[in-house]
Amino acid sequence: MSKAAESTVSKKSLRDNPLIWPLAGLALVIAFNLVTGPEFFSVSVRDGHLYGNLVDIFSQGARVMLLALGMTLVIATGGVDLSVGAVMAIGGALAATFVTQMGYGLYVALPITLIIVGTLGFFNGAMVVFGKIQPIIATLILMVAGRGVALLITDSDVVKIQDPAFLYLGKGYILGIPFSLWLVAVIFLVMAVSIRKTALGLLIEAVGDNEHASRFSGIEAGRLKLIVYAVCGALAGLAGVLDAASVSAADPMRVGELKELDAIFAVVIGGTALTGGRFLLFGSILGAILLQALTLTLYNAGVSAAVAPVPKAIVIVGVCLLQSERFRKQITNITKFGGKAS
Amino acid sequence: MKSYSSQFMTLFTRLAAPAMLLASALLTGCGGGGDAANEQLKIGFAQVGAESVWRTANTDSLQNEAKKRGVDFKFSSGEGKQENQIRAIRSFVAQGVDLIILSPIVETGWDPVLKEAKRAGIPVLLMDREIDTADESLYAAFIGSDFVEEGRLAAQWMVENVKGDEVKIVELEGTPGSAPAIDRQNGFKEVVDKHSNFTIIESQSANFRRSDGKDLMESLLKLHSDIDVVYSHNDDMALGAIQAIEAAGLKPGTDIIIISIDAIKEAFEAVVAGKINCIVECTPLFGPLAFDMAEKILNGEPYERRVVMKDGVFDQTNAAEVIDSRKY
Repeated sequence: MSKAAESTVSKKSLRDNPLIWPLAGLALVIAFNLVTGPEFFSVSVRDGHLYGNLVDIFSQGARVMLLALGMTLVIATGGVDLSVGAVMAIGGALAATFVTQMGYGLYVALPITLIIVGTLGFFNGAMVVFGKIQPIIATLILMVAGRGVALLITDSDVVKIQDPAFLYLGKGYILGIPFSLWLVAVIFLVMAVSIRKTALGLLIEAVGDNEHASRFSGIEAGRLKLIVYAVCGALAGLAGVLDAASVSAADPMRVGELKELDAIFAVVIGGTALTGGRFLLFGSILGAILLQALTLTLYNAGVSAAVAPVPKAIVIVGVCLLQSERFRKQITNITKFGGKAS
Repeated sequence: MKSYSSQFMTLFTRLAAPAMLLASALLTGCGGGGDAANEQLKIGFAQVGAESVWRTANTDSLQNEAKKRGVDFKFSSGEGKQENQIRAIRSFVAQGVDLIILSPIVETGWDPVLKEAKRAGIPVLLMDREIDTADESLYAAFIGSDFVEEGRLAAQWMVENVKGDEVKIVELEGTPGSAPAIDRQNGFKEVVDKHSNFTIIESQSANFRRSDGKDLMESLLKLHSDIDVVYSHNDDMALGAIQAIEAAGLKPGTDIIIISIDAIKEAFEAVVAGKINCIVECTPLFGPLAFDMAEKILNGEPYERRVVMKDGVFDQTNAAEVIDSRKY
């Protein structure tokens, strides 16, 4: 199956490859930095690890990448998960409480945390599948309530983390490259292989394209959705653990605020349509990188905080518009017309 | 193993307590209320939410003081939404409280609901933040902090303690457009502008958030290799920035001077550890003052319409003495 898909892709022109647009956005950001401040690209070695803006794009973007990977699957089934930000707060709060207040080792605390946040995601899925509640409403419940749960777990306090193994997740390096990046790479590979080398990806796309038709053809849409929401929840919880590790503290109040929007942005920029169906895991990673690169570029260019959302929005809208075939056709028509007139 | 299970129980009770509260409220909701003593003072408090350690300390301060004075205290959290607070005030009016304390989430849009309170003869005491209204009679008094003065105090400490011909400052701003972010920026800038050897070379927002503070500081460190001072609009961002500075192989507090506002306990610990140089206090402990004011208003005694809390400045010389008295 995947081979057939690959050959059709290669037959089509480059312009129809959906990855080209986030890459174009990234190229634009790179070009802008080359002109305004080439020192943006300088990477040096400090304390035995890589040090520079390019490293930061990946290490700071790792959390959104994790969220976006889970979100891609949920969106591919035609749903959306608004609760990922709140689940991040729960994940960080749980792991930190287990390790610092109960004295568990990370190897115990992390699996328990992931199981709990995965279960929360599973409940999201259950509400969508069994409750027949629209995903945006079903996950809104946990988005609102989740932060309260996180506050209860930590007793409305910020939990400070000193456990070296825990901190390693956010601050460690392997071969000079941040640990969080290795983690994202491994998760991405596992997901890509298990989805593209088996029928799973096809099934998810089928559910997103037409749930009724897929059910009639024997796909258990409900069970697939439950799995997908659970994976999304677990990845969001892991992102929360990374966040807590990177600042040595789990803050249940502010962690993950508005991060659900970043995740959805990354997925959409990456070429996955919100209507479900075809999805691109690597596109979502590119989307997350583009978002983070944009943020750092605006810092670098000294754009004030009040104005910064505007250029960010322009690039995002631009990439989204270019992804629309209809919009591209209209643009080519206009340019053709202009050419004739002159 | 035994201790683990007991700790699990504490986590469980933390989560179960609100559920039980809810259940008991439902059970007693119909019968209770009527037997409260008539002479007991009834005060309603519409809080912003529980978005920070500062805010929860603020809520605790009022709740504890109410308990101490035997006041029937009705608490409502707005969860960051004005409509929740408006609903809370209406319900306080309906319950016939003696006085309403309000920490408004936004400045505008309060006139209609405050007029309802005024018609019912219930005085309103504004706390922490002010409102924008043409009719000053809608509230009895305001108690809160002067954010501009906090910015000035931070800058004052800096010009007195940091020496150099060309001191470069980066500013970590709060959420763009919020009153504390605007005022703390203006107060700081006012003093810095008077000293030509101090310049703010970069000013960016980290949304009062710790992880944003770290991310932003990582970027700023790459952009400027010669940062002398970090001025942060709250402690959380400063604590995040410290981690970025350490990760870059520099010593916070020595290589880069760090000044921040709020003075939560964690920041005090950082001052004692030498990682933060100066903190300007913005106390959340309004409880005693708020109830003193409330009693004065209700007893018809003279009172000041606008009371500003006195903010302290702490650095390595005096932080260690007071750190033990800090609870939040």
